[in-house]
Amino acid sequence: MALIVAVSLPLLAALLCWVKPLRSIAWGITVFCLSISFAASVITAGQVLLNGRAIAIPNWIEVDGLGALVVLLVSFVCTLAAVYAGGYMLHSSQEKERLWWFYCNYNLLAFALIVVPAFSSPNLVWVGVELITLFAILLVGFEGTPTALEAAWKYAILTLMGAPISLLGFLVLYWAYHSSGGGTAETWAGLSAMSSTMPPNLLKFSFLMVFVGFGAKVGLAPMHTWLPDAHSQAPTPICAVLSGIKTTVPLYAILRLLSIILASPEARIGNWMVVIGLFSVGIAAFLLLQVRDYKRMFAYSTVEHMGIILVAAGFATHGAAYGAVSQMLNHSITKSLCFYTAGMVLLTLGTRQISEVRGLFRTSPFVGGALLLCSLAIAGAPPFPIFLSEFSILSAGLRSGHNVAVAILATLIVVAFVAIMRHVNGMLFGKPEATAPVERVPLSCRTAVVLAAVPVVVLGVYIPGPVHSLLELAAQQLGGH
Amino acid sequence: MAGSQTQLIEGLNALTAGLILLTAFGMVATRQVQGVMRFFVVQSAFLAASAFLIGFNRGSIHLLALGAITIAAKVIAIPWVLKRTLPGDLYERREINQVINIPSSLLIALLLAIAAQFLVSPLLATTPDPVIHANLPIGLAGILIGAYSLIARREALPQLVGILAMENGAFFAGIAIAPDLPLIAELIIAIDVILIAVVIGVLTRDITHAIGTTEAATMSELREEPQPWR
Repeated sequence: MALIVAVSLPLLAALLCWVKPLRSIAWGITVFCLSISFAASVITAGQVLLNGRAIAIPNWIEVDGLGALVVLLVSFVCTLAAVYAGGYMLHSSQEKERLWWFYCNYNLLAFALIVVPAFSSPNLVWVGVELITLFAILLVGFEGTPTALEAAWKYAILTLMGAPISLLGFLVLYWAYHSSGGGTAETWAGLSAMSSTMPPNLLKFSFLMVFVGFGAKVGLAPMHTWLPDAHSQAPTPICAVLSGIKTTVPLYAILRLLSIILASPEARIGNWMVVIGLFSVGIAAFLLLQVRDYKRMFAYSTVEHMGIILVAAGFATHGAAYGAVSQMLNHSITKSLCFYTAGMVLLTLGTRQISEVRGLFRTSPFVGGALLLCSLAIAGAPPFPIFLSEFSILSAGLRSGHNVAVAILATLIVVAFVAIMRHVNGMLFGKPEATAPVERVPLSCRTAVVLAAVPVVVLGVYIPGPVHSLLELAAQQLGGH
Repeated sequence: MAGSQTQLIEGLNALTAGLILLTAFGMVATRQVQGVMRFFVVQSAFLAASAFLIGFNRGSIHLLALGAITIAAKVIAIPWVLKRTLPGDLYERREINQVINIPSSLLIALLLAIAAQFLVSPLLATTPDPVIHANLPIGLAGILIGAYSLIARREALPQLVGILAMENGAFFAGIAIAPDLPLIAELIIAIDVILIAVVIGVLTRDITHAIGTTEAATMSELREEPQPWR
């Protein structure tokens, strides 16, 4: 029941925002409905902890541990980004007349994001992921400036090209499921129960297609080029959603499929995932060194973290799977905080260039403090949660004998750390440029930042029991031995 | 008697497979926006024909419905939607800029078609079904050639048609390998395809208003430039 509420409320909010008399209070409706959706997804997670799964409509909408975790992340990020959007869009948007349309579209995006982990049929997951892309395209180009439209176009072509490729992959998966005697309803649970009897050739082909198609949406190198453009041009709340959760959701689908393939004895593709993941981390680490725009900097950091999660999944042990799902959780909460902070810097100083931001601590201690906190957290400094999950991934890799991969991964993480802290160091300290006009940050943005910072600070020093059990359950779904 | 009828239908299906490959080549060889669009409509009609043939052969209501959906969505709705959302001059006798000239493009398309045959050969080994042997390689070839024309063309509308042609390829393989997919899933997928056309159409219109051209090559403001270390 709670799951139905969590999934349907964003859709309801989109409808309400569209109704003409309610358009002026679209922001209030969005925040209200998404908060209820978040509360419902917390209850869903509780049900999953008690019963192992939560079922809304059997064989259609149901979640296990991994699904519940992603639903929870989506509703958390979407709710806080909506709170943030209130002040941010009023302050910075050139299209204030069309803000109702922005919120309508935003709710549709939230709906598509939350429904993907809730769907239990792979074919519907494909549809959900395509819907995410379509709604996100319109939001990236919302401001209608030439550069925003260029970013939206690049994003559209690169990610929509993946749609037919991954569709063929899912159809081949369906073929494999049926030709080996699967029942009428194809579900993730049914697939993993059958994984050892399905023809490995079909499974491998299907995974290859889905990986290529969805990999572009995740932003894995070399298909990552849309990501920094979209993230530098989209309105900041959208960046937080795109980077924090929109990349995680297709990755969730890839990992689901990967766990089925890894359970099949003949298909050895774990090491390929490690290589491809390391390639993404490497590309991102070296692009981070030379980036000039701080929103692009956080975008490249997303490519890096997606790569790390893929490497962890490729290690294919239970410890690494635990690291992968906690890295998913930690990246989502930390990266959305990073973009809220980047948006505040943009509101305060009106520039996206790293070199034009100096002495932020003196200009605005609140924004400066938030930037220091979130960059330390995203770069992986202790005592923040990303440090813990990266550490557990590295140690799980050593235990499974992937010594070379762990050495490369650790080196690249250090390179990325140095690159991020170097840029941020320049932005925080030194003398502020006197001519820069300073704007006050709206209250709703400050509220969102404080709320988003709470889990980032807490999870680094203390992981509550229920969170740990949910991560354990999710790691079990990813498999590994 | 029933056996020869089945053989006839399988032969006809193989013929539509060949025609779909030909229309894919046609899209690569055409220089005009309007022409690319026409080839796409013809290709969608062949896709529907193949769905009808296989559906009739196997007595599958799903595939007959899918054929009807394809005609409604791709032969009628999408061309109409694009005519409505896009400014008329996009449709006039415009020549498309290509990165690679047409003879080389055709050669590349041919190589892609051969590569598709090789890629699916381990899959074909698992089944003797002649319908799958006809549709799966051609479907994958359609996807690859569509992807190529998407990369080689620098104009919004042909790029959109490239995506839709890739979808056609995926569907063409799909009707053979997953004929009993739940109808609801097929319906949602068809709606999704129309949505893609609408969203890209709206985006193209906005770009034409804001920039004045839809040549994707002119949009190159966003890129990473190396900076010296501070």
